[in-house]
Amino acid sequence: MACIEARGLRKHYGATVALDGVDLKVEEGRILGLIGPNGAGKTTALKAMLGLTAYDGQLRVLGRDPWIERHRLMHEVCFIADVAVLPRWMRVWQALDYVAGVHPRFDRAKAEGFLARTTIKHGSRIRELSKGMVTQLHLALVMAIDAKLLVLDEPTLGLDILFRKQFYDSLLNDYFDHSRTILVTTHQVEEIEHVLTDLMFIDRGRIVLGCSMEDFESRYTEVTVLPQQLAAARAFRPIYEREVLGRTILLFDGVDRGQLATLGDARTPGIADLFVAVMNLQPGRTQGAAP
Amino acid sequence: MNTESNAMPEPSGVATMVPAAIPTSRLLYWSVRRELWENRSIYLAPLAVAAVLLFGHLIATIGRAMAIADLAERQALLEEPSNFAALVIMGVAFLVAVFYCLDALYGERRDRSILFWKSLPVSDAMTVAAKLIIPVVVIPLLTFAITVVAQFLMLLLSSLALLGSGLDASILWQRAAFFEASVGLFYHLVAIHGFWYAPIFGWLLLASAWAQRMPFLWAVLPPVVIAAVEKIVFGSTHFGRLLLNHMSGGPEGAKFPLDANAVHALEHLSPGSFLLSPGLWIGFALAAAFLYAAVRLRREREPI
Repeated sequence: MACIEARGLRKHYGATVALDGVDLKVEEGRILGLIGPNGAGKTTALKAMLGLTAYDGQLRVLGRDPWIERHRLMHEVCFIADVAVLPRWMRVWQALDYVAGVHPRFDRAKAEGFLARTTIKHGSRIRELSKGMVTQLHLALVMAIDAKLLVLDEPTLGLDILFRKQFYDSLLNDYFDHSRTILVTTHQVEEIEHVLTDLMFIDRGRIVLGCSMEDFESRYTEVTVLPQQLAAARAFRPIYEREVLGRTILLFDGVDRGQLATLGDARTPGIADLFVAVMNLQPGRTQGAAP
Repeated sequence: MNTESNAMPEPSGVATMVPAAIPTSRLLYWSVRRELWENRSIYLAPLAVAAVLLFGHLIATIGRAMAIADLAERQALLEEPSNFAALVIMGVAFLVAVFYCLDALYGERRDRSILFWKSLPVSDAMTVAAKLIIPVVVIPLLTFAITVVAQFLMLLLSSLALLGSGLDASILWQRAAFFEASVGLFYHLVAIHGFWYAPIFGWLLLASAWAQRMPFLWAVLPPVVIAAVEKIVFGSTHFGRLLLNHMSGGPEGAKFPLDANAVHALEHLSPGSFLLSPGLWIGFALAAAFLYAAVRLRREREPI
């Protein structure tokens, strides 16, 4: 059974189409990055998967319909919607007591262990904590739940770089064990690049690219060439070009890296660069400098 | 992916053990408990009022009585029975319940904490049930406990004043009929505040789940509009009168005795006819409909 399976997932808010027929399948044990521009439908897709919004089409998360069975699904699914959702009036010990009270898979000792590494005090109210500390607390709560799927929607938004780094480090070291699945959206693509096993680009409610990181590395190549090599490089039909300091960086899809290496410095592109290229290929988009 | 052995950190016996589901009673307990954490006014407001009333009694009644030199007059003043404290504490508790309901399903959307609550395995029905239990069970029982303790302390203070004046305190306790008055109060709180007002609290919770802003207006305007339309179109005032009648404290036999003659009042209590009155059951049906709608709305509504 796939962890998440969607077919023809649609959602519109009035005349605005948020999801325009999304098909996707996420297998167990993957760390999937869902990446897209603002308003692309990332958050709507996640909300649908978490039973927070109604949708048309087929969707199964761990074999359940999230809209009908949200509360049952939440035995095995955790999510951090964004940094500001922990109730501000709550005290840290109350959050621990409450989650321990209602969640059968919550390991309180584990959560206390995570908290012991921070400077968060049990008696503090959440409104008294800094943004970074609230995220640490939320992460401690979530990581102490033995869930099959963890969904993170912009989990590090508004955090400073130290917290952001720490966030993904603890997620990988203390939580991920190859039987869990993690789905994450973020604008800070660089941060999660080395964490992901799978990549998915979404634009205007549609999935425009989906591949594993292995595929990504073997399929895409970026080459920096000097002006005299440019014509030869273009013969391989790059999908995107950009100029940096008098050199041209070309991005190729499915071209043998050995051949490209003769033209200049060839390497795997960053996800952000591929993202720009793929968005640029979408009909009706004019951003970026298209060749 | 990992079919090989050392994949799971825990010993295999523990890893395969599925934690038992949490019983409904425990989910409800924690859901109610978290409401009390968030809304401390539920118990602080009636406690504060009780403290003020107690202080007032000390100054106004006992202080005044002790200043009177004539012992007969002093005794008359100290033995004056009063249900005033119970009335005030109940009124405050009712107000707290109204404002609690209006915020219950609105506040969590406004501060986005609904996204945290919904990330936990607690159903919308359970959440709404817990939020209904506060005004129909928790607040009446708290009101009862606080009122009884406050009234007992007042009687105790008056007795001490009487005994200190060398007078007999037994008439005071006879007149106050502490036990009967407490039973009457308990009956009133359960029958009216718990049962009879259930549709009102259900309606307020529905308004709270519905409103994108100003839940108070959403709660108040529809009945006012219905009453106004009825008046304009049919020239009648049935709806408005029905509503006012319902809110003014229910059928005869369950109203709170204002005359403070508790012994007399107990004789008039008729739980049987109260439980059989159609108004009560129509109210329950309405409350169920309102709450069902509130549960559906809680699932659908997104943070504001």
